[in-house]
Amino acid sequence: MRRALRLLALPALLFAIWYAASLGSESFYAPPLRTILTAFADTWTPERLRADVLPSLGRLLVGYLLAAALGIAAGVAVGANRRLRAAAEPVLEFFRAIPPPVLVPVIMLFAGIGNGMKVIVIVSGCVWPILLNTVEGVRAVDGVLSDTARAYGVTGPARLRHLLLPAASPQIVTGLRQALSIAIILMVISEMFAASNGLGFTIVQFQRSFAIPEMWSGIILLGLLGFVLSELFRLAERFLLGWYHGLRDAQRRS
Amino acid sequence: MLEVEGLRKVYRSDRREVEALRDLTFTVDAGELVCLVGPSGCGKTTLLRCIAGLLDPTGGAVRAGGHPVQGPPPGMAVVFQEYGRSLFPWMTVRDNVELPLKQKKVPKPRRATLVADALAAVGLDGTQTAYPWQLSGGMQQRVAIARAVAYEPSILLMDEPFAAVDAQTRADLEDLVRALWQRLGVTILFVTHDIDEAVYLGQRVIMLSASPTVVQDQLTVDLPAGRDQLHTRADPRFTALRTRVYEQIQLAKGRAGTQPPAPLGS
Repeated sequence: MRRALRLLALPALLFAIWYAASLGSESFYAPPLRTILTAFADTWTPERLRADVLPSLGRLLVGYLLAAALGIAAGVAVGANRRLRAAAEPVLEFFRAIPPPVLVPVIMLFAGIGNGMKVIVIVSGCVWPILLNTVEGVRAVDGVLSDTARAYGVTGPARLRHLLLPAASPQIVTGLRQALSIAIILMVISEMFAASNGLGFTIVQFQRSFAIPEMWSGIILLGLLGFVLSELFRLAERFLLGWYHGLRDAQRRS
Repeated sequence: MLEVEGLRKVYRSDRREVEALRDLTFTVDAGELVCLVGPSGCGKTTLLRCIAGLLDPTGGAVRAGGHPVQGPPPGMAVVFQEYGRSLFPWMTVRDNVELPLKQKKVPKPRRATLVADALAAVGLDGTQTAYPWQLSGGMQQRVAIARAVAYEPSILLMDEPFAAVDAQTRADLEDLVRALWQRLGVTILFVTHDIDEAVYLGQRVIMLSASPTVVQDQLTVDLPAGRDQLHTRADPRFTALRTRVYEQIQLAKGRAGTQPPAPLGS
């Protein structure tokens, strides 16, 4: 309860300032927040949410999960294999350095403009932070722990499940967190380029038809969406990495 | 029974070679408790990792129960010095002790019994659902010992297991090891740099030279089997034995003066 209060205090204050400052606004492009909020209620009806937000979330989810599966699998393979790592690392750094939105026009060329294209765009941008963080996490597995696992016959798939993945999980989660914000950005951008529905598409449509308060309301919705997703992520992390935070607290105390 | 024959280990890097172990030969009979002592940096950990099958020796052989060791042998358990790094922090105490048993495909009811018995044997009843990092250092090392005990090994290797715990905990754990050894009849090779600990625990003490390591001397500890911290350590015979071991170690160190120090394996 207290946390929720602290979490919402600053956003509420900022909204209040925005509301007050924009009350007398005459600008066509920056209408009063009151107008925007009215537009929000009128625009984002359940039908509209189903028609535009749901497809966006679907693409986001599929792309993100695919990127996670790919990134973790490849990351474990590269991280656990010294030779593969030496060969792959420069290439990975190169791909990571490419800003993902640049890929949208290229991917459109061969993947068309359907859902597949958007998913590919999201995957191609999200996979790098997950992959590179997983590589780091797997590489940094403690030598004594690794010896212990070997000495007690924890090898093969059991080694992956009981040693490598949990040991790398704090790093993997860091990669997943970075990837989540990239995924949201790419979802919107890919929809702005070419789509017939979705949040990014709708916002651009509003802008092109000079429905400015509606456009603003879409941006606010996008912000809210990002906020909710990151809070969900935080909850999942607390559940998954409870041991890690406990361990770190214990180490800090001693 | 554990046989080490002509064991040699040379670490090679691009620029140079470091001879950690030169020529080590000794045996530990079935059911025996033998302590290995040596000056610091004499390659004790290298030796132990070779015996455990975690490191390939450059020459010589290790046999456990008559079979040559190539990779970790199934009937061998290891307790490492760094308890904090050898327990899985994402697993509860119970899961830590149980995991090796799962790998051995021990049936579930039997696993539960083994885990409960092993934890009771090291005095850790009621900690099954705790995480290792919620326990004190001494208790964590007890968990590691319980894991080894539950594994039902025929050979137990201990690599300076009490080097990182405080003195009182250490005395308790030493008595625990002797009690478990007498109860289970397991073969124990106990590596330590502490001379008193070696004499107090062992039936036999093997002294190592400085690196490149050879066996400096061996000594049978003819103290009574029933030992306790108070009387055994005050026994004149104990003092005489520890003096002998101490002299040999000093001798080994003196000889080390002519050798370049080994940077690898301590």
